Amino acid sequence: MLEVRHLRKAFGSLVAVDDVSFALERGRLLGLLGPNGAGKTTTVSMMAGLLTPDRGDVLVAGQPLAGDTNPLKRSIGLVPQDLALYDELSARDNLRFFGALYDLSGAVLDTRIASALELVELADRARDRVKTFSGGMKRRLNLAAGLLHDPDILLLDEPTVGVDPQSRNAIFENLEQLKRRGKTLLYTTHYMEEVERLADRIVVIDRGKVIADDTLDGLQARVPAAVGGGRVTLETVFLTLTGRSLRD
Amino acid sequence: MAITPFAAMIRKDLQLFFSDRRAVVLTFAVPIAIASFFGSIFSGARTSREAAKIPIVLVDHDESAVSRGIVAATAADKTFTTRPASEDEARDLVRRGTATVGVVIPKGFGDAAGRAFFAGGAKPELQLLYDPSHGMELSMVRGILTQHVMESVSREVFGGPGGRKFVDEALASLDRSGTPPELRQRLRDMLTAVQGFYSEQDKTPGAAARGPAITMPYSVREEAMTARTNVQYNGYAHSFAGMGIQFLLFAAANLGMEVLLERQRGLWKRLRSAPVSKLTLLGGKTASIAIVALMTLLVSFAFAMVVFGVRIQGSAIGFLAVSLSCALMAATFGLLIAALGRTPAATRGVTTFAILIMVMLGGAWVPTFIFPAWLQQLTLIVPARWAVDGLDAMTWRGIGLSGAVAPTLVLLGFAALFGAIAAVRFRWEEA
Repeated sequence: MLEVRHLRKAFGSLVAVDDVSFALERGRLLGLLGPNGAGKTTTVSMMAGLLTPDRGDVLVAGQPLAGDTNPLKRSIGLVPQDLALYDELSARDNLRFFGALYDLSGAVLDTRIASALELVELADRARDRVKTFSGGMKRRLNLAAGLLHDPDILLLDEPTVGVDPQSRNAIFENLEQLKRRGKTLLYTTHYMEEVERLADRIVVIDRGKVIADDTLDGLQARVPAAVGGGRVTLETVFLTLTGRSLRD
Repeated sequence: MAITPFAAMIRKDLQLFFSDRRAVVLTFAVPIAIASFFGSIFSGARTSREAAKIPIVLVDHDESAVSRGIVAATAADKTFTTRPASEDEARDLVRRGTATVGVVIPKGFGDAAGRAFFAGGAKPELQLLYDPSHGMELSMVRGILTQHVMESVSREVFGGPGGRKFVDEALASLDRSGTPPELRQRLRDMLTAVQGFYSEQDKTPGAAARGPAITMPYSVREEAMTARTNVQYNGYAHSFAGMGIQFLLFAAANLGMEVLLERQRGLWKRLRSAPVSKLTLLGGKTASIAIVALMTLLVSFAFAMVVFGVRIQGSAIGFLAVSLSCALMAATFGLLIAALGRTPAATRGVTTFAILIMVMLGGAWVPTFIFPAWLQQLTLIVPARWAVDGLDAMTWRGIGLSGAVAPTLVLLGFAALFGAIAAVRFRWEEA
């Protein structure tokens, strides 16, 4: 469904992403893990068309994604790490604006807004200004904004930062529902348990390079079993792969 | 350009603008308040008002007929408000700023001035004590005082008792002077004739009081060149143009800085991830800023029209053309800020400074004619100058559509320049 091939991006002398390749399959969730500064957000930005790669391609259904108005962009939804919402506007007005960017209008837009708000359980707060929302509600609305145009692929960059367990669980349920609908998801996070619960496949990236691309079982098999024969946690695998030195 | 995203960009920006009450008040009410204040100072309103008088203090140490004449004429002059004072008092009043100029007439001034009038020699000194912060008023006082001194001295010389004494003294000292004999004789004839004139005056009761004096050999008829005859200058038109443009630029700059905030909050990631062209994004932003800027100007002028009787005495189409081009210039200026600025905090100070300099040089605060000549020429590179001049031309100057052409074209030129720089320097990549 979505494939990245040999992506490279440098900012001056800093090579943020170097020869990164992986693929996302329809109806699956791929967890993209890495320490701070590993190149996750830069990779997601290139996949969403926010950054132009120095080298390599982003392919959607085999077609290269390039150009501002490329129709393939409609098949991608972005849920950025920031709460990319207008605090002074209502939830509905936010979604109305983001939907219009995808040329949605009229009854179609109204239906999509209602459906997205329903999914994230904010239908009753549609007319309230976003600045009155809790952090968790804003995160859910952030997710809804990425879903409005009904994309086949959803790129989620740390979508649960700073939310309480209830909102986080609600977001997980939303994502599982989307997966069941056949959506393709890419999910970056620092929370290993989230990936353990959601991901069908995991790519670990460090210092701009892919250092592992496997299923959870496959990654766990790379590390010797814990004392007592139990399976190692993903966090142990991650620390084994990326080391224990601080990455500030 | 896709219409739906374009229209959505405009609608969203207007919704955000009107949701911020502070911004709305700043944009609409503040320029009206400040322009009303400046207008009341600089102009006057619909009815003609007496100009502010210059306060001066008069110190008469001489108390001669000449000095009393100067004091009386100065007190009667409509340009001044006068009060007599001692010299110490005068110095204190000027130092405190209560009086702008103090005129000190020294002892013996009348006699010395009369002698100097006929025979030359040492001229008496009239002392002017002045407030250095009122240099322009000093020039006015000096000019008007010259008229009153000349009139008073000449009246005394040609008709007063002092004059007879001066003529007698001049005749007595004629032989002692080094004047060549032929010229001396002619001068004696003239002074003798003046003595005869005085004798004739004595025979005619009241003639001395009406005696001749050197007076201004012309009178002045003043006509303000406004839109039409009998249409009075309305200074509110200028002040509302100036303040309207200042706050229109502030409104545009604020919306430009909103782009930096949107970038900071990750909103541009959403915008850039959508299949929307750069032209649509920049066009939508330009259009929304231009609409707010145009509203700022038009609301200000609407208020000025209703409350202060400002009228478009020139071309209404020209007025709209200048306003629209001014709004476009401001919009692209806002875009320039969005393109060149890094963070809102760092950009705000620089932008405020740039706008204040621009409107100050543009004549929005004080008319450009008080600037030095070189600066008046330099301000032609400031867009605010063209905007103010264009709006002045269409309002109180009453110039037709032709007066709007140059300002409109120049403002559109600035808009194109700012827009081009913004498009080139805009950071499109979102890491």
